[in-house]
Parts: sequence; structure tokens; C-alpha cells
Amino acid sequence: MLNALDKIMLEKVADLHEIPQGAFNIRKNGAGVQRNTTANIDIVTKADKSGIDVIVKPYTKGESVHIPVIVTEEAINDVVYNTFEIGEYSDVLVVAGCGIHNSGSHKSQHDGIHNFYVRRGAKLKYVEKHYGQGEGTGERVLNPKTIIEAEEGAVVELEMIQIKGIDHTKRDTEIRLMDNAKLVITERLLTYKDQDAESNITVELIGADSSAQIISRSVAQDNSKQEFFFDLVGRNKGRGHIQCDAIIMHNAQVHSTPKISARHSEAQLIHEAAIGRIESEQLIKLMSLGFSESEAEDTILNGFLK
Amino acid sequence: MLEIQNVSLGLNEDKGVEILKEINLKFLEKKIYVITGPNGGGKSSLAKLIMGVYNPTAGKILLDGQDITNLSITDRARLGIGYAFQNPPRFKGIKVKELLKMAASHNPDPVNICDLLYDVGLCAQDYLNRDVDSSLSGGEMKRIEIATVLARNLKLAVFDEPEAGIDLWSFQKLAETFKNIHLKYDTTIVIISHQERIMELADEIILMSNGMISDQSERDTILARILNNDACLCGSNCAKGVNQNAQCAG
Repeated sequence: MLNALDKIMLEKVADLHEIPQGAFNIRKNGAGVQRNTTANIDIVTKADKSGIDVIVKPYTKGESVHIPVIVTEEAINDVVYNTFEIGEYSDVLVVAGCGIHNSGSHKSQHDGIHNFYVRRGAKLKYVEKHYGQGEGTGERVLNPKTIIEAEEGAVVELEMIQIKGIDHTKRDTEIRLMDNAKLVITERLLTYKDQDAESNITVELIGADSSAQIISRSVAQDNSKQEFFFDLVGRNKGRGHIQCDAIIMHNAQVHSTPKISARHSEAQLIHEAAIGRIESEQLIKLMSLGFSESEAEDTILNGFLK
Repeated sequence: MLEIQNVSLGLNEDKGVEILKEINLKFLEKKIYVITGPNGGGKSSLAKLIMGVYNPTAGKILLDGQDITNLSITDRARLGIGYAFQNPPRFKGIKVKELLKMAASHNPDPVNICDLLYDVGLCAQDYLNRDVDSSLSGGEMKRIEIATVLARNLKLAVFDEPEAGIDLWSFQKLAETFKNIHLKYDTTIVIISHQERIMELADEIILMSNGMISDQSERDTILARILNNDACLCGSNCAKGVNQNAQCAG
């Protein structure tokens, strides 16, 4: 059912070489093609609209769910609504990558709208990787929306990675943290050619003693454009820290708009942002170890985006 | 081994600002040279000129008889020249062990990364997986910088104020490490330093001021001269308590 191209795409977006262990649901060109559930993790097709419900039973530990999406045809416009119920005190990894191979001249687009309910004391690591390839002129477009509600004591780690390949992306992330909930977001983005990317991240510290850390690193090359909006709202006693760093090259443009709002006297919010070229001292150092200038540049960028 | 012939370096040629003036030096194999002298005397500029970070406005640099004056930093590095920065740059997302592996990648011999850290007085298990970023202190960065040079099989290693920011306790370890570099490779070592204890390692000491070599001799001769001479090395006569409106002599 999965051909060689499908397997390449799966490897890129979900690090999968074979059919994954544990629960998974593979979606290809707008339809589910393969699924597996386990004793603790159920996957159910939505009745009212396109998408799935992933239900993780309370106290499920060390299991994973892979829900890769691959688009290998042109002129596909796939919108999918996925809901995740992460049961109390469970500890799971969810990997949701999307790969587009477009060799035609028409646009292919996938919009994934993901709603997570991370119940009390649960731990969730959510990894989202975007990848695009194909020799055609058809555009590759991904517009993910991720909404996460973290209940009391929940720990959420979110990794969002998009390296080249996607022509347009608009990513919306909204997260609400209740008492003692903890959030770490790692965002990595590389755009080149004429690509554009927009990322909006809103985090609300609603409960007492919740904390959020957002580390965003991006590289903008050629004529690409990047736009970042960070909105961190402290509604209660808690800590929030945004660090965003961008390396700008060639004729690229990067816009970063920070916003921190404290609605409580014990909310501590920090925003750090920097945009700049690769430091010449870094290049000189690696060249003095025998690297060519382009090898040095690649090494610095790879490390930065790791 | 390395010969610097009539090398000058001008920053702003129109105004004729010369940082280095007709420098002539010859570094011999397996010797340790310490370059010392007042701040702003041109020591770091000379080090950067050897590595190829700066290009001389006049003169020639020869490595084993080969003219390397117009070679790039990369080419000089591949010919066996190494340079430890005075202010080493930091890298986001690159771990200490990764940087040291990069440094050792052109070395044909196997390199033990943990031993390198030990040689600069750092405990390997504490540092291997740390990022070479602003989480490291200045002294830690300096030691890792030295380790990147020790990782290589070099003909010539230049260290720019390696002792700066390094605590007294680690100093002895560092001094020993410099002494032992020769045991592995026949590296010529050039250290820019103001420390007497580093000067004691030298076969020869070179004194630089105002962009020129003002003295060069065997260690003991020159050390005696420096220690007995309290007079300042700057070009003009200066005195304390002069008129506050006085202009400093250019």
C-alpha cells in the first residue's frame, strides 16, 4: 500500500523506516491508508468531519502515536481535524509530521487542525515536522493549527520543525496552562528561495505556578520572508520566557513581534529577540580549524537549527 | 619553519595608520616563543596575520619556504597553522564534544576528546555535552578554545593570551600542557602573554611595542631586562600630575 516515495516521505516527517511500533494512523492524499491501535491508545475516525480522535487511556506510560500525513499528488487540498485526549498521568509521544511531494504544477495543501486535551499530571511530547519536495512548480502549502489545553500539573513539550521545502506556511499555536502546568516549545524554521512562513504562538498562563519556555530559532535565506508573533499572557502567578533568534542571509526578511502581557502582579515574563547575520568570528574560528567557508557556514546553521 | 619578512599592516592606508611596521621574525621548529609587550602594541594583529585573518599591506610570510602570504585562513589551517582566539566565539546548538571533534577532524591520528579536556583542566563528563554558548564562563571558553588547538596536528600553534580569565588553580596545569605539546608533535608554539609564568616556558621572548619588535632574545636575558626595567615602553614621555588639559601625544 505504501510505495518507495511514500516511505521516503515517512522517514522525513516521522523518522520512520518501517511501519511504526505502537499506535499509528497514516493519511495519504486526503484519506487514511493504514492504522494500528493498542490496548491503551485508540484511534477513531470522526463521524462529523474529516479527521480522527486519538484517545490515550489514563496512566499509559512510554507509548507513542505516529500520525504522519503524506501528500504525493498535485491539486490536493486536505483539511483535517484531529482531537487528542491524553489521559491523566499518562506519558506519551505524539509524532505528527506532514510531507508533501508535488511534482505537478498545481498547488498541494494540507491544513491540520489539532486539539489536545492534556489531562491532569499527564506528560506529552508532541513533535511536528514539515517536509516538502518535488520537482514541479506546484506550490507546497502547510497551515497547521495546534490548540493545547494543559490541565493541572501537566507537562507539555512541543517541537515544531520545518526545514526548507514548504513554499507557504501559516502556523497558529494556542496553548492554555492551568495550575502547575509546564510548557516547553522548541521551534526551528528554515526558509529559502521565495518561501514565506508565518508563526503565531499564543501562550496563556492561566493557573497558578504554571511556566512556559519558548525557544524559537530560524534561518532565512535567499528572498524568503519570515514573520513571528509571540503573545505571552500571565493571568496568574507564574513564569514565562520567550527566546527567539534568527539568522538572516542574502535578501531575506525577518519580522519578529513580541508581546508580553501581565495581568497578575506575580507573573514574571521575559522576551528576548535577536536577528542578525552569522558572526564573522564564528566563520573564522571554523576556517582556522580547516573548514572551507561554506562548510563553516553549514556547520553553524546546522547547529543553530538542531 | 615560519618566516615573517618585512611585514607591515596598515588599517587605514590613506591616513597611513600602521599597526605593524616592517616586522621580521623567524620561528624555528619545536621552540616556544612568547610575545609580550604593552596593550595595543600589535601582538594580536601579528597573530591574526599569521593565521590569515588579516592580510599584510607589505612583506611576505613563508611556511617551510612556501610563500603563504596570499593563502586563505582555510588553506593555512590545512598546512598546519593553528590559532587560539583571545576572545573565542560561542556557538548556539554546538556541543563541546562536537566542536572538539570538528577540531580533530583533520588530524590523521586518533584523538581522545576527554584527554584534551583534561589537559586544559576541565572534567570531561561535566563538559562534553554542554553547548558552546553563553552558558559557559569566559575562563571555560578559553580552555575549550585551547583544547581545539591541542586537538590538531600542527606545525605552528599561536595562542593569544591563553591565561586570560583562567584561575590560579588551573594555571599550573595549563603551563604543563604547553610544555608537553612537543612530546606529541614537533609543533612550534607562539604564545602572546603578559604572565611571567608563561614567559618562563619560553625558549625565546619577543618584546613588541608600537607595532615593532623592540627586543628579542633568549628567555633569561630578556626576562632579566624586563624585570629590571620599570620604565614604560610607550613612545612618548609621560608623567603624572600634568595639566589636565594636556593632549596625549599621538
